[in-house]
Amino acid sequence: MLNIGNKQKRVDGPQKVTGKATYAADITSQFYHAYVLQSTIACGSITAIDTSAAEAFEGVKGIFTHKNLPERLKNKVDYTDPLSPPGKPFRPFYNDKILYNGQPIALVVAQTFEQARYASKLIKVTYEEKKFKGSLSENLKNASADRAPEPASNRGDFKKAFKNSDYTIIREYRQSRNYHNPMEPHATSVEYKSDGSLVVYDKIQGVASSLKYLNGVFGLGADTVQVKSDFVGGAFGSGLRPQYQLFMATLAALELNHNVQMVMTRAQMFSFGYRPEVIHTMKLGCSNDGILQALSHKTVGETSTFEDFNETIVDWSGLLYKCENVNLEYELTPVQSYTPLDMRAPGGVSGVYALECAIDELAHEAGIDPLEFRRKNYVDYDQNEDKPFTSKELMACYARCEEVFGWKNRKDLSKTEPHLLTGYGMATGSWEALQQPASVSLSMNEEGTFTIKCATADIGTGTYTVMSQIAADKLGVSIEKIKFMLGDTAFPDSPIEGGSWTVSSVGSAVASVCEKFKYRIADVWKRNNPDYQAVAFGDISFQKGKLEYRSKAFSFTEIMQQASKEELSIAHSESPAEGQNTHSGYAHCCVMVEVTVDKDLGIIKVPRLVNVSAAGKIINPKTAENQLLGSMVWGLGMALREEGMVDTRYGRVMNANFAEYHIAVNADIHDIHTEFVEEKDDKVNPLGAKGVGELGIVGLAAAISNAIFDATGKRLRKLPMLLDDVLEA
Amino acid sequence: MKPFQYTRLSTEDLSSGTTLRDSTILAGGTNLVDLMKYGVEEPDSLADIGKLPYTQIEESDKGLLLGALVTNADTAYHAAVKSTYPVLNKAILAAASSQLRNRATNGGNLLQRTRCYYFYDTTMPCNKREPGTGCAAIKGFNRIHAILGTSASCIATHPSDMCVALAALEAKVLVLRKGETIVIPFDQLHRLPGDQPEKDHNLEPGDLITHIQLPAEGFSEHFEYLKIRDRESYAFALVSVAACLKVSEGKIADIRVALGGVAHKPWKLKEVEKDFFGKEASTENFQSLAEQLIQGAQGFGTNDFKISLVKGAIVRALNNALNPS
Repeated sequence: MLNIGNKQKRVDGPQKVTGKATYAADITSQFYHAYVLQSTIACGSITAIDTSAAEAFEGVKGIFTHKNLPERLKNKVDYTDPLSPPGKPFRPFYNDKILYNGQPIALVVAQTFEQARYASKLIKVTYEEKKFKGSLSENLKNASADRAPEPASNRGDFKKAFKNSDYTIIREYRQSRNYHNPMEPHATSVEYKSDGSLVVYDKIQGVASSLKYLNGVFGLGADTVQVKSDFVGGAFGSGLRPQYQLFMATLAALELNHNVQMVMTRAQMFSFGYRPEVIHTMKLGCSNDGILQALSHKTVGETSTFEDFNETIVDWSGLLYKCENVNLEYELTPVQSYTPLDMRAPGGVSGVYALECAIDELAHEAGIDPLEFRRKNYVDYDQNEDKPFTSKELMACYARCEEVFGWKNRKDLSKTEPHLLTGYGMATGSWEALQQPASVSLSMNEEGTFTIKCATADIGTGTYTVMSQIAADKLGVSIEKIKFMLGDTAFPDSPIEGGSWTVSSVGSAVASVCEKFKYRIADVWKRNNPDYQAVAFGDISFQKGKLEYRSKAFSFTEIMQQASKEELSIAHSESPAEGQNTHSGYAHCCVMVEVTVDKDLGIIKVPRLVNVSAAGKIINPKTAENQLLGSMVWGLGMALREEGMVDTRYGRVMNANFAEYHIAVNADIHDIHTEFVEEKDDKVNPLGAKGVGELGIVGLAAAISNAIFDATGKRLRKLPMLLDDVLEA
Repeated sequence: MKPFQYTRLSTEDLSSGTTLRDSTILAGGTNLVDLMKYGVEEPDSLADIGKLPYTQIEESDKGLLLGALVTNADTAYHAAVKSTYPVLNKAILAAASSQLRNRATNGGNLLQRTRCYYFYDTTMPCNKREPGTGCAAIKGFNRIHAILGTSASCIATHPSDMCVALAALEAKVLVLRKGETIVIPFDQLHRLPGDQPEKDHNLEPGDLITHIQLPAEGFSEHFEYLKIRDRESYAFALVSVAACLKVSEGKIADIRVALGGVAHKPWKLKEVEKDFFGKEASTENFQSLAEQLIQGAQGFGTNDFKISLVKGAIVRALNNALNPS
């Protein structure tokens, strides 16, 4: 039976639901526990820090501050990681300077977590404060294109085309800051071995990133440190860069020659990266018949004072619709905060939010149905890169979504309650379908069980499951015969798990290594069976753990008894498919939503969400649907709930907890429907599969915004859209 | 958190009252333990009252007597509460999450601390947490803050849903004070901040809430608890309304309206309610009552919207109470 395309249950599901899956904080060695004291000002310097009371507190094993940072960490030390943006990465305890509110300024290591936490409060810190700009709005005049990468090239003559357009709009859209908040807080457990080597269990989306950082900062090579990350309880980008708990736990372990564990509190999860606040200015023009003539998208985003974090935001506006006159601008402005960090569909979520709201507004101006407007402006090649797409079945998504949602007759749906206004909105979504180089190894044991290793991660997306499915199919064995292992720097190199490219990259490598194994086993079989020496590989089939040739079957285990030990282990490095160069790879979706708005009280509800996606070959419809559901729920949260509230007087996040930072809850979520349309793609990668980890969140906030307009006649043009925005609009 | 002494109290311990006076009382702990983790509360000594006998709900002619240690969940789902005091059932179930309601007690619900971002963050100025340091909310994030009964020193709101229903029902609070039981009308339990925002209520050190006495009248025919919040569950009220009505031939025989999320205590004005006795139960009169009830309301910037929102909510709640679905 084929596994690819099956709704295979998670192979690691039983471990997860029985508590046997070990996350970074679940390692149970004898640890000292580390707790970080954070700055209470945003800008200035520490003039005095008195740790004497904390040092004397019961159970305290050590305290680290800028006063006692080992000298070796100050000289020629490289604090970058593979995803560091331009600038200088944050260096904990490097000096007395305060760069943001909540900055780690002291580490207390104690026998227990509670001892460490309370001892940290006994540290007395005196500051000298300086003035600062705490928000994007306050520092708009220092926004600069020089700090940001150049967007895709402008084309045509925007100004002229805008002037000559029959319908035009100029609109501003604002998005507030969002925090990742995976369920599992960031944690690092460091085991200090008697020979001075370390085993580091880190919450990270790619162990190679942790290793690179530890190497740069502490000079630890792969011979002295092994980084492991078997399970990650969600990350959404927060684990793309090593976070400060890695530095802290490692520093303490090395200095105290002891196992050290650091687990962040929920409040501390608001003390590093986030999806930045951005302001978009959109100028769009179309002809009488709704053909897009001119499009300008300018975005200003916040970054920190020490790194220039950037996203691909405005390029999406040059990509999604046919338009010959396009102007794209991107600027950054520093605020007194930590550096922003990629978050699920970074840039795409932001850029497409503004674009899809603006498209809806322009369609409305022109008096054209928003779906019809999008069809009129459909484009079948990548105008930014001047390349064809590897595949693009967005038209089929539109058609299917229209049908499932009942878009054509939506206005006939009756309103049931007198206070409620009902509205319908839609948007297009898209995300990259990239492939990165990836390496894997495969070996088979005497029982015919295959172990496949790769240093990739499973951040809850289903990597273990999907890779096992691919291998089972390609090898012709049942999925129980596959043991896929990940999250270990001892394993072959992998790209970081991000960008929705894991299936594409690691999956293709897994498929290839399995193919190599089949050639290998065929060679061994032929070598040991002189009668079959001339058999062509193509005439052999592989199923149920057996090599089959003309109705004769030879079990893998039997054949491999005659192989050398070396022959049983196969390594493979996969390079991106040629199509990644010659073509542009993107997944697409259409999302339609129904909202109700209480006209007196402003309460917004979303009874229905429909997403129809085109994402190439779907390896596992179950985990793929999980991904879409999760990202759509988050899209709703982004649209209506989430806001990192920074009090700009203090540069401090004031709602750093789950009571006041509102992520969507079960009661907010009603009917969600997802579907995939058939999309054949022989160019994007050998599997023809596109990742769906990020696609579902793109466009959703715009669709909800557009539906609110449909219901109320009000354009809220900000995220999140709250009931007071409805009442005051 | 700061190390502390822990004592589990028995009934015998109550006679002296000493332990209660010198300790912070721990019941369900759903608020206190959070505050201790944040360092907002740093008690030296905790007196756990969990084993005291106030764990029953008793029925009598005077009305239902709720033990202070009955959980919010058990109270909400009690048959007599559901049948006779449905507004209380609805208010409790609108609060927090099922996990919290399973743990939180009735007495604890009454004494939870007020809600404010700045109160919960020990690095911020807060007159309630540290008298004299100033109020960071007045010129800061105050979307969730009070519009009624505020002072220059504090604009925090009482976060309870249950208390809003209890205020509407005009419940009484039974308090053990120096070995004697005293009775405090519900509207006199909590206080407005004035220039002493550190005091949330009028209890004295050593006082122990033992019961909540519900009156016989439960308004089971015409009631509503309307909670408006930023998400559909596990969120405090931006504005909430407990509305109870008695109607006779289209006229208001009795009317109770208590508001949550707008003040340092559940907001209820008996004299305003009395004005409407005998008047027609109509939207116009409900609007008029709403205007009078929130007279003098003042916003602080981002909570200005509450003034019109609460008016709409009062009218909606009263109309829903009048015409139960």
